[in-house]
Amino acid sequence: MRTAQPGLLQTVLAPIVFGVAVILLWQGLVTGLAIKAFILPAPFAIGAEFAGNLNNVAGGMTVTGRNSLIGLVIGAVLGIALAIVAALARLLDEMAAPIVAALSVVPIVALAPVLYTMFGAGAETARQLVAALAVFVPVYFNTLKGLRQVRPVHRDLMRAYAVTSWQATRAVTLPTALPFVFTGLRIASSLAVISALIAEYFGGPVGGLGKSITSAASSSNYGLAWAYVLGSIILGLAFYCAALIVEKLVTRRSGG
Amino acid sequence: MTDTLNVPGGDVPGGDVPGGDVPAVDVPAVNVHGVSRIFAAGKGPGVTALDDVSLDVAPGEFVSLIGPSGCGKSTLLRLIADLDVPTSGSIEVFGKPARQARIDQDYGIAFQQAGLLPWRTVAGNIELPLELHGVGKAARRGRAAELIALVGLSDFAAHYPDQLSGGMQQRVAIARALAESPSLLLMDEPFGALDEMTRERMQNELVRICAETQAAVVFVTHSIPEAVFLSNRVVVLEPRPGRIRSIVGVGLGDMSGRGEDLREDEGFFRSLSEVRDLLHGDPDSSGTGLPTGVVPKTGARGVETR
Repeated sequence: MRTAQPGLLQTVLAPIVFGVAVILLWQGLVTGLAIKAFILPAPFAIGAEFAGNLNNVAGGMTVTGRNSLIGLVIGAVLGIALAIVAALARLLDEMAAPIVAALSVVPIVALAPVLYTMFGAGAETARQLVAALAVFVPVYFNTLKGLRQVRPVHRDLMRAYAVTSWQATRAVTLPTALPFVFTGLRIASSLAVISALIAEYFGGPVGGLGKSITSAASSSNYGLAWAYVLGSIILGLAFYCAALIVEKLVTRRSGG
Repeated sequence: MTDTLNVPGGDVPGGDVPGGDVPAVDVPAVNVHGVSRIFAAGKGPGVTALDDVSLDVAPGEFVSLIGPSGCGKSTLLRLIADLDVPTSGSIEVFGKPARQARIDQDYGIAFQQAGLLPWRTVAGNIELPLELHGVGKAARRGRAAELIALVGLSDFAAHYPDQLSGGMQQRVAIARALAESPSLLLMDEPFGALDEMTRERMQNELVRICAETQAAVVFVTHSIPEAVFLSNRVVVLEPRPGRIRSIVGVGLGDMSGRGEDLREDEGFFRSLSEVRDLLHGDPDSSGTGLPTGVVPKTGARGVETR
């Protein structure tokens, strides 16, 4: 199915060249126009801070990454399970629809302060729950949509085979829904990181990337703040790429 | 009972008698009696897709249903398959109610769309009905290999559907329909989406497969040559409401004797024009109550007369 390879040059080299050019331009502008560090630090300075505080940044990534991952797993499991239940029971779907719709418009990180008072400011639970809630919505909606994609010809076939509804679900409904589930998970993966990180701004224990960014910025250490931002970007990308790879591996053959 | 299947039949899962359920000779494979199907249409009186249709199909017989769009030929097939329920009348398959026949897996079915599962290989797709009905792994493998050979796809067993042409996918679908050695095959325009060349080749293959399996076939089509070439009898339906206009016996001999040269046969052409005349509706002889002025052209809409 592959069309003629666009060539390594185009796929890998072009974005690298572009990225390097942007960084050089940025560096040139900051030094050339003598921009103050609190407005925009130079990329080389950020790089130096990043390399100098590698352990701290990595520690922050571990804390925030762990919260994101736990949130992602909880939210995904709940989202998929409830979508299956909703797909099987029409009534339940209709009952749940307004609640889920309401949930999807709530700025979920805004719940963080409430959750901190519920679970205590010393625990990571609130952050994990925020991530889980953020993950739940896209996973639920995409899974539910996927479960409704069974083609009429496959439905006829299952009826002709006189199989139980559980057999039909396993043979046709779930495999059909799989690509949709993974689309939901891919969207959710970066949402999990963003939500877990932003939730740190509202309180809770120190150590995560979000807390580190605010404390570095408030102590005028702008280079370091940006180094943590860089760590956040790397963490988000890692989650997204991991989800993408799993998606590609699992859904190689579906969706036809 | 002698096992007439040349294709080595594995255990028939879900069925009561291995090797097919052709009971006493006088029980028809399909018995449709006074069947009507009316589809509810909002507040209106509903659409009568079939009106008082009766039809018998003998064991081992090949019967085509042909007619213009909207004549209810696909509806009739779906009723026999118990994918839909008649508004009135009764349908029996091998002497059992259609529902029981479906539960007992007395028929195999193929649709216009191949309807393969894209995440399963060719072999996996053919094994699907066997797997769902609890046939063991080894037996499944063996049966799938036989069927893949029967439809001439041995080199493609490990391929996925999206790697196959439309004709090959349809052959997989037919192999899947044959997986449990059914004594009745239901086919709803299985070659409808194929080009003419592939279509004729598939027809030749179907004739060969039918001769080998001795299964009765109910075949929906809108192609006159296809119906005549394949069938023992061609059932011509008329639309709105769907009724049987006439049944044409095609005396072209045994399935095993049918080959490419049959398409040049004089009897072939005679049956062809007979079916064509019926489809175009001769108002004097048919007396169907169709408005006379409209009959000649519009009566055969959707039918390929080439």
